[in-house]
Order: sequence, then C-alpha cells, then structure tokens
Amino acid sequence: MRRASQIRQRLAGLGLLGIPLLTYPVLGLPNGVLDGIPVTYLYLFGVWGGLIGLAAWIAERRGG
Amino acid sequence: MLSGASIAFLATAYLALLFAVARFGDARADAGRSIISANVYALSVAVYCTSWTFYGSVGRAASGGLSFLTIYIGPTLMLLFVGVFIKMIRIAKAQRITSIADFIASRYGKSQLLAGMVTVIAVIGVVPYIALQLKAVAASVDVLMAHSGNSAQIAGLDSTFLIAVVLALFSILFGTRHLDATERHEGMVAAVAFESVVKLIAFIAVGAFVTYGMFGGLTDLFQRADEAGFGRLFALDSGKAGTWTSLVLLSGLAIIFLPRQFQIIVVENVDESHLKRAVWLFPLYLLLINVFVLPLALGGLLSSGGTGINPDTFVLTLELSRGAEALAILAFIGGLSAATGMVIVETIALSTMVCNDLVMPILLRSTANFVEKRNDLSGLLIGIRRAAIALILMLGYAYFRVAGEAYALVGIGLISFAAVAQFAPAMFGGMYWKQGTRAGAVAGLSAGFLVWLYTLLLPSFARSGWIGNGFVEHGLFGIGWLKAQALFGLGGMDEISHCVWWSMLANIGAYVGVSLWSSRDAVEASQAERFVDVFRFAGGTTEARLWRGTASLDAVVELLERFLGVPRARQQLAIYAAARDVDDWRALKVDAAFVQFAEAELAGAIGSASARVMVASVTQEEDLGLDEVLGILDEATQVRAYSRELEAKQRELQEATAELREANERLRELDRMKDDFISTVTHELRTPLTSIRALSEMLHEDPKLELADRKRFLGIIVGEAERLTRLINQILDMAKLESGRAEWTTGEVDLGELARETMDSVGQLFREKGVALASEIRDDGLVVLADRDRLTQVLINLLSNAVKFVPGQSGRVMVRVGREGGAVRVEVADNGPGLTAEECSVIFEKFRQGGNTMTSKPQGTGLGLPISRQIIEYFGGKLWVESHPGEGANFIFTVPLPVPDE
Repeated sequence: MRRASQIRQRLAGLGLLGIPLLTYPVLGLPNGVLDGIPVTYLYLFGVWGGLIGLAAWIAERRGG
Repeated sequence: MLSGASIAFLATAYLALLFAVARFGDARADAGRSIISANVYALSVAVYCTSWTFYGSVGRAASGGLSFLTIYIGPTLMLLFVGVFIKMIRIAKAQRITSIADFIASRYGKSQLLAGMVTVIAVIGVVPYIALQLKAVAASVDVLMAHSGNSAQIAGLDSTFLIAVVLALFSILFGTRHLDATERHEGMVAAVAFESVVKLIAFIAVGAFVTYGMFGGLTDLFQRADEAGFGRLFALDSGKAGTWTSLVLLSGLAIIFLPRQFQIIVVENVDESHLKRAVWLFPLYLLLINVFVLPLALGGLLSSGGTGINPDTFVLTLELSRGAEALAILAFIGGLSAATGMVIVETIALSTMVCNDLVMPILLRSTANFVEKRNDLSGLLIGIRRAAIALILMLGYAYFRVAGEAYALVGIGLISFAAVAQFAPAMFGGMYWKQGTRAGAVAGLSAGFLVWLYTLLLPSFARSGWIGNGFVEHGLFGIGWLKAQALFGLGGMDEISHCVWWSMLANIGAYVGVSLWSSRDAVEASQAERFVDVFRFAGGTTEARLWRGTASLDAVVELLERFLGVPRARQQLAIYAAARDVDDWRALKVDAAFVQFAEAELAGAIGSASARVMVASVTQEEDLGLDEVLGILDEATQVRAYSRELEAKQRELQEATAELREANERLRELDRMKDDFISTVTHELRTPLTSIRALSEMLHEDPKLELADRKRFLGIIVGEAERLTRLINQILDMAKLESGRAEWTTGEVDLGELARETMDSVGQLFREKGVALASEIRDDGLVVLADRDRLTQVLINLLSNAVKFVPGQSGRVMVRVGREGGAVRVEVADNGPGLTAEECSVIFEKFRQGGNTMTSKPQGTGLGLPISRQIIEYFGGKLWVESHPGEGANFIFTVPLPVPDE
C-alpha cells in the first residue's frame, strides 16, 4: 500500500513538472532551427517523450 | 481498381474481423481466461484517438500549426495523476457504477434527477462528436470514390446516412449481444485494442510514405515548407497562450469524462494495476501517432498548392496523388477503424446511460403497471439500449446535416470536449469534498451546460445558417453584452477558450456556492462518506447500520429475477449465499447486507438511482433521518480513530512489556546471585565454625586430654577463629565496596615506593616458605591519585596469593612496576602451577579459589581477588591475570596516571 502510494506520488510529481514545461510561457522560449528541424518541434516531442520515459521508469521498475 | 463494391467489401471484411476479435475476447472471458492484460487495457484507452486524430489533426495542423498537439498533451499530463483514476475505479467497483451518469447520481444521493441531467448533457454534448466520425468516414469514402470516378450516392441516399446506418447496426450487434446487461464487455475492449493497433500502423505507414517517399525526410519537408511561407505552422505563438492552455485543460478532462473514456478506463478496468502500464504506454501511443501529423500537413499544403483540397483528407489524397492505392486503402481502413472504435464504445456507454438513467426511471414511474406485468425485464433493457444506439447515431447524422459542413473536424470535436468538461466540478468535488450537495451539483451542471449551449452549440447551428445568427452578431434581443461569443464584452478569445472560461466560472461558482448554502439528506451524507473516504470506509458493520427495515426474501428475489433474468439472478444469489456459508439461498436471512447486495446487483443492470427506487418499492425501509446517519458515520469515523489510537497504545504496551520482561530477567539473575552468595557465605562461615566447635567440644568433654594435644587444638581454634574474623571482615568490606559505601582517602601514591614497602612487610612470609621475592622497579616517581591503604591491600593480596601457590624452596615471585601509556603497570609473576583459561576468568568471582577446593583444604577466603578488582576498578584501572597451566601466573594491574595540569 505504501509502495503503491509512493509510485502515485512520484507520477503526480512528474505531472506537476510537466505542466509548466508544456505550457506558456516556457513554451515561448525555444525557437530557431536545429539540423533543419524547427527547435519548437524538437522541444515539444522531446519533453513529451522525456515525460513518458520517466513515467515508464517510475511505473515499471521493481524494488525501488 | 477502386470500385464502390470493393470498398464496401473491404470495409465489411474489416468490421467482420473486429467482430471476430470481440467474439474471441468474450469466449476467453467466459472460459475464465481473460485476454485483458495491462497492454490490452492501455491500448484500449487509445479509443481516444478517433478519426479526429486520424484525419482531423492533419487538417488542424494545416491551419493551426503545432496547436493540434494540445489534444494529446492534456491526457498525458492528466494520466500522471494516477491517484485520481485509482480512486475513481475503486469507487466504481464498490458502488457497481456503470456509467459517468451513474457515478455522479450515486454520489449525490442516488438522484434520478442528476442521472437524467448528466445523461442529457452527455448525449447532446457527444452528438457533435459522433457527427465528426460520420463526416470523416463519409469524406474518406468520397475521396476514394472520386478517385475512381464513382458517385457516392446509392439509391438517392447520401453516403453519410449509409455509414450511420451501418455503424448503428454494427454497434448494436457488437455491444448488446448479451442479454446480460451487467457484464463487462471484454470482447469489446479486445476489439478496441486491436483497432488501436491498426490505426496506428496505418497512420505511421502513410506518414513515413509521405515524409520519406514523397519528400526527402523531415529536414527537407521543413525547409521547403519554410520557403513556401508556411513557417508560422511550426513556430509557437505566445499570443495563443490562452488557447493552448484551455485546450490542454479540456483534453485533460476529456480523457476521463468523455462517456467512452470513462467506460474504458473505469468501468471496463479489470485490475487497478493495469493503470501503471497505461500511464506511460497510452501517452507513448499518442506521441507515435502524432509524430507525422505536422509533416503530413506540410506535405499536403506543399503538394496541393492551393487547389482547395480539404486538409482533413490529406491523409488519403497525398498517397492517391502518387497512385499508391494500396496505401490509400490501408489509410481508409485505419480511419474507418478509428471511427468505428469510437462509435461502438461511445454508443454503448451512452445507450447504457439513456436506458438506465432516462428511460427506466420514466417507465418505472409513469407506467408501473406495464413494468409490473412483465416477468423478465432483461429483454426490455436490451431493447431500450438498441433503440438508444440507433437514436444516438441518427442524432449524430442530423447534427452533421445541420452544422457539420461549417466546421473542420477538430472544431466539431472541441464542442463535445467543452460539453463533457462540465462534469468535472461535480465529479472531482464529489470525490474529494464531502460538503458538495445534490443541489450544488444540479446547479453547477445546469449553469455550465446552459453557458455551453449558448456560447458554443447554438452558434455552431447559427454558423451553418440553420438558425438566425443575431444572438451571435448583436447579442440576444440586441443586447450587446449578450453576444454569444463575447459574453459581457469578453472578446479577443477563440470561441472554445471563451466557452471554457465562462462555463467553468458558472459551473464551479454555482456548484460551490449552492453546496455551501444547501443541506444534505441522509442518503447523500452516507454516499458522500462512501465516495470521499473510499480507501478507508469501514464497510461491514457501518454499511449494515445504514439500512434498517423489513423485506421479504421472495419479493427481493423476484425483483432480481425480473431485471437480471432468472439464470443470472439465481447464479448471483448462490454466490452470495456461498460467501455466507449458507447452502441454499432460499434460507438466506433478509438483513441489511442482503438488501444491499440486491441493490448493488440491480445497480449493475439499471443504474444506482433506479435500483434504489426499485428496492425501496419491495421493502419497508425505515427512514433513518439525517441526524442518525451522520451519527452513525461520525461513530464509524471515531471508531476508526479509536482503533488507530488503540493500535498505538498496544504497540507501546508491547514495548513496555518487553522492557519489563528484560528487567525481570535481570532481577531474577541478581536474586539467584544473591542466593548463591548467601549459601556460599554460609558455607564458608560454617567450615571454620564447625572445626572450632568440634575441637572445643573435645576439650570440654575430655578433661584428661594430653597437654600437647590441648595446645594443638587450641592453636587450631585460634587459627580458625582468625580465619573467621578475616572472612567476616572481607565480607563486610566487599559489601561496602559493592554498595558504594566504602570510605576512600585519596592522595598521591608513589607506586614504586609502595611496592617496596609492601614487599618488606610480607618478606617474612616468603622467607618462612623459602620463596625468592625479587622486584624490578623501572621508573621512579610513578605517582597516582589513589587510596594508599587500599592499594597496599591489593598488592598484599596478590603477593600472599603468589606465595600460597608457589612450591616451597624453589618458588620465585617477581614484582615489576613500570609506566605503560598513561598508566602505571604492576605485575606480580610467580612460577606456580598456573591457571587454565577458564580459571583465569572465574578466579575473580566471589568465593572461587585457585586449585581444587573439593580435594584440598581452601587456602584463602575466595574474596581477596574480587575485592582487589573492585578497588582497582574504582581508581579507573584494570586487574587481570595472564597464565597457562604449568607456566606460572602473572597477575597484572594498572592504575592510570593523573592528567597533568597545564
């Protein structure tokens, strides 16, 4: 029970981190082009993918 | 190649495949081997991705750029708050919740009014969303037909209507095959998970083909789009910050409050732990299906070159322009898949709500006779659901006819999102705020819904010219601040943000305000407790106390049989009876628990509000009244608090007990030692006394004893008396030392000097026995702070011990004094018989003596060494012996040197 609740809290913490990263004003910061691909595109998918990766790590790891 | 017939054939074949998957899933569920794993669950949540995602996102991206992503970022963030979902699932399972209307109604006192309201809002709100699917599929069929030069009209009916009919038939076939209305739809979940994979593969295939086949990859696409002036599509505009945020919020709410999402995530959940997978796998799915959306939009814009192709169909037209018909077919199947999945789950969820929360209450109320006459109502329930499915799809078609043409796909979908967001305050409030009342929920929902109706739905009709648009342009009755999309002059926002802002303000304001100013009845209060405290609700006894009344078994069983069907009712009764160790359910006692079981079973079939009414109709329930219910709940809360306190107390008690036991052990040990001591002392005292007495008696009784014998006896008597005196002195000394009442006179003692003096005073003893005594005093001025007499006592004791044990004539005793570290070390070494390792430790115990006391006469009192050790330890030193048998013994003590004053 305690362990499940800890996973829940960590995931919620991740959510609280994700909200400011994926909304304005932080979203207004990236601009320009990197290797021909707009930085905004890379930023959005990068942060999004990062959140998913972290969530998977928190939810699936054992013994932590 | 692409004829109407072949398209129809492919579509039918695909639907048949979905049907087969569902049958397989159901068969496995019936066999008790569910195929619903964490992965299947996570994929089924992707029913969120409809033809909105499949076709609409590209269209949205072609005009709004990256803002299409908000619809997928919202759910990603929302899912991370997994505790909310777990609580919802826990409540739904405990209360046998079957739909979102049921959830809200059940929380606010099983209110039929609320259930009906939520149903109406859900149906009206979701109709545009259904229309979106019809429009998308119809558009995709039109594109394929136009490509092959056929007309999309069959017998004068337009394709959209045909698609609506086909989807309705399929949904009916799919969702209401079971007469049993209470089961989970595992087959449906499996089919949805399957179609989720199909649409993902189809979309990525098209995306990869366009990006890498038609263009030179992402870099090339972005560069050419930039050159063609589409750069704004992949730049983020801070001016749209408000829109961005409100869309993230809306989609985050939609992921749980859309009826089909609630159905899949909450109602169809078989295992809470599946959420742990969904929390990242579903967002990953969203990410993958969105990677190629912007590239497709840019590719479409670049290749169409302003020829007026609807961007919502780029997913099909792009590859068709290159003649990749097979890929176009795959894309068509993917889009069909997305739409079908959505329509099936949505209509099943909505039809359950319409049946349980709208039609049943009306039937039960208005035509009691009609219901009375029917013996088995489970067939009627299924019939109502089927009709509801058909009706909902026809409403979707109607909306498409009326308003569909004026909007892009995403625009239509967002209208629905804004509608279901109205459930949020009543839902979240209901889960976390006990004071939220039915009146508050009714007020909040009505206010929010009306604002939505006025600012979003009606303007969508007006835009297509179906109703006048005066209220949008000039305000209702020409009043300027009533302009539908600039209420109170709030302009400069897009229509969705405008609606979200005003409807949420009205909804939350009314919900909170009315809740604070209204009171709850008894049912509401107990339901609030069950919902908010679902993780720690006492259940059991509290549940039983919350219902009081009388009922007959036959009446309740008849009710169950009528709504569940006889076989299922009997089966559930048997399970319930078995859980209570009752052999035959006919012997069941009709108590509160049984009535609650019956109500829960009914709630699974007809919703909690109707179930309550039905159960109340066959039982005579006593009205407990609000005060009594609150009393019971308070008591339950107190009992919980008490039991927690009790637990803490118990823990303390256990700790105290353990300490006591330990102390007791120590006391027993001490007691045993004391007993031993006394018996030993007695024994030691008796030995000399006995010999004194025996000899005295002999002298007394035999006056003729020889003088020489008399002198010998008297000598022994004197010796024994001396020994007795010494023993008693030492016992007293020991007792004083141990109790800390000994008197000490501490002064400066030069140990070298003390050793010399002591050796002089005992020299006679050594000379008598012919033992050599030598000394080696290495350092001078070894001055310690101690009691001179006591140290002398220790040294005399050691020396007299040594002389006792060394052999006469050849014995040698060596005294060494020297400095070692911060202490003075004094050694008394002899060449006696030595000690075993065991003896080395026991000789310091009281009354233990060197040598075998059983065979030889004791040579000391057995207290000298213990006393010496006490003395040395008092001055902070140590006394020990180093010895091996046959090698003599070396008694050593140390006394620390005083710390020099600076």
